[in-house]
Amino acid sequence: MEHIRTTKVEQVKLLDRFSTSNKSLTGTLYLTATHLLFIDSHQKETWILHHHIASVEKLPLTTSGCPLLIQCKNFRTVHFIVPRERDCHDIYNSLLQLSKQAKYEDLYAFSYNPKQNDSERLQGWQLIDLAEEYKRMGVPNSNWQLSDANREYKICETYPRELYVPRIASKPIIVGSSKFRSKGRFPVLSYYHQDKEAAICRCSQPLSGFSARCLEDEHLLQAISKANPVNRYMYVVDTRPKLNAMANRAAGKGYENEDNYSNIRFQFVGIENIHVMRSSLQKLLEVNGTKGLCVSDFYSGLESSGWLRHIKAVMDAAIFLAKAIMVESASVLVHCSDGWDRTSQVCSLGSLLLDSYYRTVKGFMVLIEKDWISFGHKFSERSGHLDGDTKEVSPVFTQFLECVWHLTEQFPQAFEFNEAFLLQIHEHIHSCQFGNFLGNCQKEREELKLKEKTYSLWPFLLDDQKKYLNPLYNSKSQRFTVLDPNTVSFNFKFWRNMYHQFDRTLHPRQSVFNIVMHMNEQNKQLEEDIKDIESKIKQHRNKQTEDVLTKELLNSVHPESPVLKTSLCFKEQTLLPVNDALRTIEGSNPADNRYSDYAEEFSKSEPTVVSLEYGVARMTC
Amino acid sequence: MEFAELIKTPRVDSVVLHRPFYPAVEGTLCLTGHHLILSSRQDSTEELWLLHSNIDAIDKRFVGSLGTIIIKCKDFRIIQLDIPGMEECLNIASSIEALSTLDSITLMYPFFYRPMFEVIEDGWHSFLPEQEFELYSSATSEWRLSYINKEFAVCPSYPPIVIVPKSIDDEALRKVASFRHGGRFPVLSYYYKKNGMVIMRSGQPLTGTNGRRCKEDEKLINATLRAGKRGYIIDTRSLNVAQQARAKGGGFEQEAHYPQWRRIHKSIERYHVLQESLIKLVEACNDQTHNMDRWLSKLEASNWLTHVKEILTTACLAAQCIDREGASILIHGTEGTDSTLQVTSLAQIILDPRSRTIRGFEALVEREWLQAGHPFQQRCAQSAYCSSKQKWEAPVFLLFLDCVWQILRQFPCSFEFNERFLIVLFEHACASQFGTFLGNNEGERCKLKLQQKTMSLWSWVNRPSELSQFTNPLFEANNLVIWPSVAPQSLQLWEGIFLRWNRSSKYQDEAYEEMVNIIEYNKELQAKVNVLRRQLAELETEDRPRQSP
Repeated sequence: MEHIRTTKVEQVKLLDRFSTSNKSLTGTLYLTATHLLFIDSHQKETWILHHHIASVEKLPLTTSGCPLLIQCKNFRTVHFIVPRERDCHDIYNSLLQLSKQAKYEDLYAFSYNPKQNDSERLQGWQLIDLAEEYKRMGVPNSNWQLSDANREYKICETYPRELYVPRIASKPIIVGSSKFRSKGRFPVLSYYHQDKEAAICRCSQPLSGFSARCLEDEHLLQAISKANPVNRYMYVVDTRPKLNAMANRAAGKGYENEDNYSNIRFQFVGIENIHVMRSSLQKLLEVNGTKGLCVSDFYSGLESSGWLRHIKAVMDAAIFLAKAIMVESASVLVHCSDGWDRTSQVCSLGSLLLDSYYRTVKGFMVLIEKDWISFGHKFSERSGHLDGDTKEVSPVFTQFLECVWHLTEQFPQAFEFNEAFLLQIHEHIHSCQFGNFLGNCQKEREELKLKEKTYSLWPFLLDDQKKYLNPLYNSKSQRFTVLDPNTVSFNFKFWRNMYHQFDRTLHPRQSVFNIVMHMNEQNKQLEEDIKDIESKIKQHRNKQTEDVLTKELLNSVHPESPVLKTSLCFKEQTLLPVNDALRTIEGSNPADNRYSDYAEEFSKSEPTVVSLEYGVARMTC
Repeated sequence: MEFAELIKTPRVDSVVLHRPFYPAVEGTLCLTGHHLILSSRQDSTEELWLLHSNIDAIDKRFVGSLGTIIIKCKDFRIIQLDIPGMEECLNIASSIEALSTLDSITLMYPFFYRPMFEVIEDGWHSFLPEQEFELYSSATSEWRLSYINKEFAVCPSYPPIVIVPKSIDDEALRKVASFRHGGRFPVLSYYYKKNGMVIMRSGQPLTGTNGRRCKEDEKLINATLRAGKRGYIIDTRSLNVAQQARAKGGGFEQEAHYPQWRRIHKSIERYHVLQESLIKLVEACNDQTHNMDRWLSKLEASNWLTHVKEILTTACLAAQCIDREGASILIHGTEGTDSTLQVTSLAQIILDPRSRTIRGFEALVEREWLQAGHPFQQRCAQSAYCSSKQKWEAPVFLLFLDCVWQILRQFPCSFEFNERFLIVLFEHACASQFGTFLGNNEGERCKLKLQQKTMSLWSWVNRPSELSQFTNPLFEANNLVIWPSVAPQSLQLWEGIFLRWNRSSKYQDEAYEEMVNIIEYNKELQAKVNVLRRQLAELETEDRPRQSP
């Protein structure tokens, strides 16, 4: 690779992120075409994918060397000290180049080779079939049909080819409406609720300005209302704060005027835009990265970042959707400005509340594929896959995952998948290892020929499904058909396992979840074993009944031997794979850094009392 | 008897009870000397039995002749009673007020309670100091039991029997007692078998402004040091506070007089600061209408988790001195009955696997809280709702339990007990049918003849049927020192206590049940496999000789 000048640097220190005494591990740093790798003296490896790197910073030179601070999109933060400045500079420059590619073709996905042949690759891409999914929902039907209006991406470039619209909406109406909607994103079906015959539809903001109107658009909305035989009025949910929506009117955009549309009920839900979300997360990460953070700074930082407020806003909007459908059987049309960020969040989360299928491993993939990938959430721009406008980067999808996590906390038995699944998906949103999240819309993906040149993430996750299953999942419980979460503020908590994923010192040292998951697995194995042994016993019994006489004779001659007994004991002990690794407490090994930090706190606050030669020097071991 | 005078209206019909997460119940309200009872007289509905001593505060209001009494309990629950008739309502309210604030301990329910269960093991004798000492005496001969406080004369807040260095005689102890706050001379709290280091605790030294010293005191604590070794004194007050204490006759150990000891000051809050913190926290948790910013700012302003962090950090420091530094420590604050005990007991949780078992934890509470003279009666007299604030009320024990819960969350397989056990201890410290938490120290308990007149909490808790509820199904004993993380990101609000009455935990409870099922099923399958394997092996041996006779 032309960007790599130094491939290996020895005697590099990896600083402990939270240690106030600059505790560190020494090891060797390797730079490969795809990863930055650090191997410490205990042979522990830390792999960092170049695409995960959000920022590289060279800090002012210190006596021990040149500090290099790397922050990753998966919230890993590493702080190296490279002994020689020149090495540091080389690595710094290489990483700058490698972490920001100019062309899609240079991304990891185009070189990643999991040793599959073309037909396996294609099969992988076919795993999620959205036509199949719409069929599952119950469309097409007498009220909804597949429209071929966008077959050639002629009406809307950022929509998929296949769109479902009310049967009574003719093509001219669709075309007319699309001209009245920002980026041509006219109202289409996102989710159809079969029992209630109500729909969640999505679009972008209307180009209404202060007074413009569009008869076709009004017709299309009316068609959506009419497609619902139960309830004639529909909700139009503008997910933006009212002020933002009003400001858009000056630019010739805006929101629906209730007077122009029959039977709509208009509603703002006040989710902030991508820029607010980006800086909110930035603030949150800044606070949490502080060394020696105190409790009140943590909570005031959490508050002033506004992060949990935003999460709650998204959740409340989704609940609004679910209630409209469940309680009133009313259809809902959702939009924001362009209809690919907040709209995707709210539609997908709303569907997840309504439909337990989306809470399964496969269903969740389908949901992401439908409301995010196919409807043109700009994954590449939002996660900054290519070197581009940093103002387009925003954690919109991360927020969606966090909302789902909050639901898994409130309903621990309602989801087939676990937290690791969410974290793994988040990892690959940024990794550029698979083709799914490259590009910003389906059209772009087709042009990139992703299905021929890259692999799909989903089959790999499915192969690894065991890791992502929730052992407490109760698929049968009727109670979990529709989720009704409680959004009282105290139900929202900081998601440590996401934002401190790699800061193991902050995590519990034993995981109930892993143990139960393992036990669940083991139970399945044991059930097999039991069947197996029982059949063997049966065989023996059958054999024995054949010659009972002999057996009785022999029994009297050969009493049970003591040797046998001991061997039995031995068998019982090694019966099952020992799960010691799960039970091991990480904090108990001497390399652990936790205990020393209590001491640092006192040595810092009371320097007058603890003398240097005795207190500090000895206490920090 | 006296109670009858306090109960103006013993019974009202058509009272409606509102409680969190239950439908309203209409029924008959009865007041007895110790309980408020509401019964719908239908088998299907659960009755409400509320101990008067659990009531922290009541509010009343009227709409026409319909009165409403809002009862706020020490366990933070709030219930509402709608009582028809103004007079009845006023009578009930004033009776509750009188009965929930009885002055005399001997009128408390434990003196009247007759257990409905058979006592298998008398809890009053479950954790005798002599037995506890036996656990150490096999490992060390440097310590002895002293009966100097038999009559509670030397130190009114100490138990009759304490553990002191063998080389220090009772005469010297008497002198040391006069040099320590409340007569609380340094005694052994914990002996760490791994390296022979110890935790001692005491009251502050009474150095005063002129730097008084006491040779016997110095000798006593030096007697615990190995030759050439140094120890640490952990003062749970900031240096500033400790210095100010000198003006009131208290103080701290001067370097000059204790050259073998290094002093470390930590700042653990006490009294009204903690009480205020609790009041703010409970208020924040009870208001469901708070938006996110307000909730987070209220949570922060309560400072509760700051206190948790401070206490845990100090306990970790103490444990670190012992385990990592191989140094003995002496811990004290002012009186040595609050923050001192938080630190000594939590350090043992961290260091000692025994204190993470149910029996061991009970022994710890008995030793480090009850016998060590934590004034439960004073500290738990009122809780978060009461307006008449007394300066000696403070949620010291609750903070300790919260800290244990935080460690339990971080090491969910290392404790034999579960969260439920901690909650039950909190409930019984507030209000109980058992005598265990009555009185402020052993001396008072002795005078009250609690052992003869009341039942011990441990007699009930340690029954197999009760124990099963408190047992952690994931427990697997480990002998390791468990170092918790004290980072704010690792600490959490204890929902089981503070949000208990504010949100339904139905789904969490069901998930817990499911987890227990998986674990039980696992045990069952393992047992079955073992039996089958044995059968198979027997069959195989029966077959084998047949093949080659």
